[in-house]
Amino acid sequence: MQPDILMIEDEPNIAEAVRFILSRDGWQVDLHVDGAGGVEAISTRRPRLVILDLMLPNRSGAEILLDLRQAPDASLAATPVLMLTARGDTEAAEQADAVLAKPFDNDELRRLVRRLIRA
Amino acid sequence: MPFEALLATCLCYVALMFGVAYAADRAAAAGHVRWLDHPLVYTLSLSVYCSAWTFYGAVGYASRSGLEFATIYLGPTIVFTGAWWGLRRLVRVARMHHVTSVADLISARFGKSNRLAAIVTLIAVIASTPYIALQLQSVRLSFELFATSRPSENGALGNTAMWVAGGLALFTILFGTRNLAADERHHGVVTAIALEAVVKLAAFMALGVFVVWGLADGPVDMLRRIGDAAQDPRFAGGWVLQPDRWTALILVSGAAILTLPRMFQVMVVEAADEERLHVAGWAFPAYLFAMSLFVLPIAVMGAEILPPGANPDLYVLTLPAAAGQDLLALLVFLGGFSAATSMVVVCAIAVATMVSNHWLVPGWLALRRIPAGEGTDDLRGFVLNARRLAILAIMAAGWTYHQASGGAAALAAMGLVAFTGMAQVLPAMLGGLLWRGANRKGAYAGICTGFALWMALIFLPSVGMGGDLPVPAGVDPWTAAVALSLALNTAAFIGVSIFGFPDPVERLQGLSFVSAVEPIRHSRMARGDDRAEPLLAMARRVWGPDAALRYFQAEAQAQGKSGFLPDLTPRFLTALERRLAGSIGSATAHAMIDRVAGGVALTVSDLLQVADEAHRAKEETQRLEAARSELARTARQLREVNDKLTALSVQKDAFLGQISHELRTPMTSVRAFSEILKDSSLSDEERKKFAGIIHDEAGRLTRILDDLLDLSVLESGRAQLSVTAANLHDLIARALAAASATRPERSFVIDRDLPSEHLGVITDADRLLQVLINVIGNARKYCDAPYPALRIRVRRPDTGGAVIDIVDNGSGIDAGRQSLIFEKFSRLNDPAKAGGAGLGLAICKEIMETLGGSISYLPGQGGAAFRIVLPARPPVQQA
Repeated sequence: MQPDILMIEDEPNIAEAVRFILSRDGWQVDLHVDGAGGVEAISTRRPRLVILDLMLPNRSGAEILLDLRQAPDASLAATPVLMLTARGDTEAAEQADAVLAKPFDNDELRRLVRRLIRA
Repeated sequence: MPFEALLATCLCYVALMFGVAYAADRAAAAGHVRWLDHPLVYTLSLSVYCSAWTFYGAVGYASRSGLEFATIYLGPTIVFTGAWWGLRRLVRVARMHHVTSVADLISARFGKSNRLAAIVTLIAVIASTPYIALQLQSVRLSFELFATSRPSENGALGNTAMWVAGGLALFTILFGTRNLAADERHHGVVTAIALEAVVKLAAFMALGVFVVWGLADGPVDMLRRIGDAAQDPRFAGGWVLQPDRWTALILVSGAAILTLPRMFQVMVVEAADEERLHVAGWAFPAYLFAMSLFVLPIAVMGAEILPPGANPDLYVLTLPAAAGQDLLALLVFLGGFSAATSMVVVCAIAVATMVSNHWLVPGWLALRRIPAGEGTDDLRGFVLNARRLAILAIMAAGWTYHQASGGAAALAAMGLVAFTGMAQVLPAMLGGLLWRGANRKGAYAGICTGFALWMALIFLPSVGMGGDLPVPAGVDPWTAAVALSLALNTAAFIGVSIFGFPDPVERLQGLSFVSAVEPIRHSRMARGDDRAEPLLAMARRVWGPDAALRYFQAEAQAQGKSGFLPDLTPRFLTALERRLAGSIGSATAHAMIDRVAGGVALTVSDLLQVADEAHRAKEETQRLEAARSELARTARQLREVNDKLTALSVQKDAFLGQISHELRTPMTSVRAFSEILKDSSLSDEERKKFAGIIHDEAGRLTRILDDLLDLSVLESGRAQLSVTAANLHDLIARALAAASATRPERSFVIDRDLPSEHLGVITDADRLLQVLINVIGNARKYCDAPYPALRIRVRRPDTGGAVIDIVDNGSGIDAGRQSLIFEKFSRLNDPAKAGGAGLGLAICKEIMETLGGSISYLPGQGGAAFRIVLPARPPVQQA
């Protein structure tokens, strides 16, 4: 089944928190824990929104985003992306639809997700 | 004197020699070599030239042929009088190339050809075996003569030679193969030989004084008796001077002092430097003069007093015995015993070195085809064992020859036969040192010609096979054989050298030998660092791990590099090959290094050009070379510092980014879950779970902050140590237990050497424990072997303290990153696997420096390997 949200995040506790917060709003959240295979995961599951961590093992979130935007399938390339950064630098996340710095406010996260999925 | 008493005296004397050798070796090992290195000890050790053949045989020689015996002393005297001019060059070249034997010298000069060395070794073995037999014979004869009561005809006495051979083999193995140091010196043996030289000389002089002043009526009376004897046709038929024979004898004995294996050993291999030839140049001829002074008086007096049938070769013993001087006779007996034993020991060491380096080791290498750098084969052990085996074999051969030949007559001439055999090496040796045009084919031709002629004309006739050279009447057959073999040898050497063309390696070695300067090596080009590690692994197997590491580190430092792996510059490779040659012979060392480092052959004309330029302007080249390498070193140091600074600045930025990431990650969880917890609709189970996560992440934050704080305290030098005495065994056990919490699901094989771990150390035990836990924990984390194992070895170096090696069996760390791992935040693998912030090894390094020790990465150990060095005491802290 097509999930609402695919989250790519290697820190299990952060993933758990995000999933808990969003699932209480009724969103269905899938998880992928490694930078490698991130684009493949997006193209097979076709989520309505991707939450992408910037610091990932093997392949960074910025690289995944770049690959996604260059995908031949136009609707896949246009998948909205919410980038989670720990560094506070937004430069690497230019092509993201929205950026959320860690640590984040839970309500801010929910608001951003609602906005991005509706858009 | 009863047999038992005599035997006991001998045993005491031998025990004294063992004691002296042991004490000298101990002193040398402790670094007290000042008196061991005295030029007089060196000079006395040269007296190994005076074997039993000279000690007993000189008098017999004089009885038969009058003054002719003096030629045996004249040859070496002439050579040594010119020592400062000629021998110095030989010693310098040999030491520069770490030559281990006369065979090695020839091989090193002529293109590092092992075949040539193997042939010279063959001559040495053939010439030395009967010579050793002769020494055993002299000991047995003197025993038989001296022992008044014989236990049984074929009992202990009959086996004297065997016991002597066995005892000497034991001595030689104990003191001749203790180590495989690159310079191949044996302080123990040399010191014992020097002491024996004193005994020899004292005994002979005492007998001479007794003969001249005790039996004759002073020097005037003695001279009159000698004059009478010269007129007496019964005594010494050969007082006639034979210029051709004398010339040949002087030539051959002069050659012998250069080429006999035992002489080369004491004169060249055991020489610490060429300066001692200053003293030896006059002191050794003086020793020879003193040894020969009383030969004629003893011979004349022996013929006068002793019954006509007495063996003149034993006059030195029978004369004092007949005069009732038992103590003097015993002293002379010990002198003869010294002469025989010292010759056998040194000869066995020298020949065994040749046999193992030029026969056994190359054969083994060819059979095993060992891959360079890999494997656990202990080449060092093999070489030592090969040498021990060779010593046993040489002793056994000498003894067998002695048993088989039986009579004294067959052996008496063996001294001169051995001299002429080794003299066949002389043309190639002198030619190699003096003439750049000499080449390998010429050396082959000359040595093989000389060897064949010597076998046919001198050696085989001397053992009763074949006849003397058919010569016209009035010509001495021995002189003719010597002249013919040496002349054809030299002619073949020069002729073939002129028409043959040397290969490039040879050409450069030739230049180096003739001008006695360091050659410029271009045959092997420097390559990347990746070959340095296999070379280190190879060197470790020859010298042992510590010596090899020390050498490589020193070389790297000389190049201005940190760490253990120097660049493979031609200069480094040449130096390494020379040092290895000192342990395993130049041909083998050359082959082994080539196998690892690979060779790029240049054209012959390239090399000749290089060689000629170097020769013409060698001073200029050396000066420029020195200046250039100094500049290059400075530049390299600057570059390294600059690189490091740039890297540090990049690292500092990365450090801040990293720290931000490391701190934000746990904070994110804490903040998100604490917000969730505020919601009252949670179940108890969820509440509990989320509180647990907050607790864990808070702990992680604390750990990171602790590490940072720890590091900053250590770096600022404000860390307070609490120094106590601790047992390393306990610390390692605690560290292993603590580290087992890291990836507990993986079973780890721990290899420890428990007895050696019980070392007391004085240090801050908690800090040391922190380092141990970190290193062991890292191994548990990162070791990627399917069956991970950890080896821990502890030992105490001479300087006190402790050295702890911790080695796993994973794939280790790339050479390029080895110098980075002790920097902050330099976590190499993926961050998810590590629990900390990448500060562990940086903290370890700071701790070890605070404790006055060090922690370093050991390359070439198979897996990741760390060496922790702890000083005897931590440095005193400033309050």
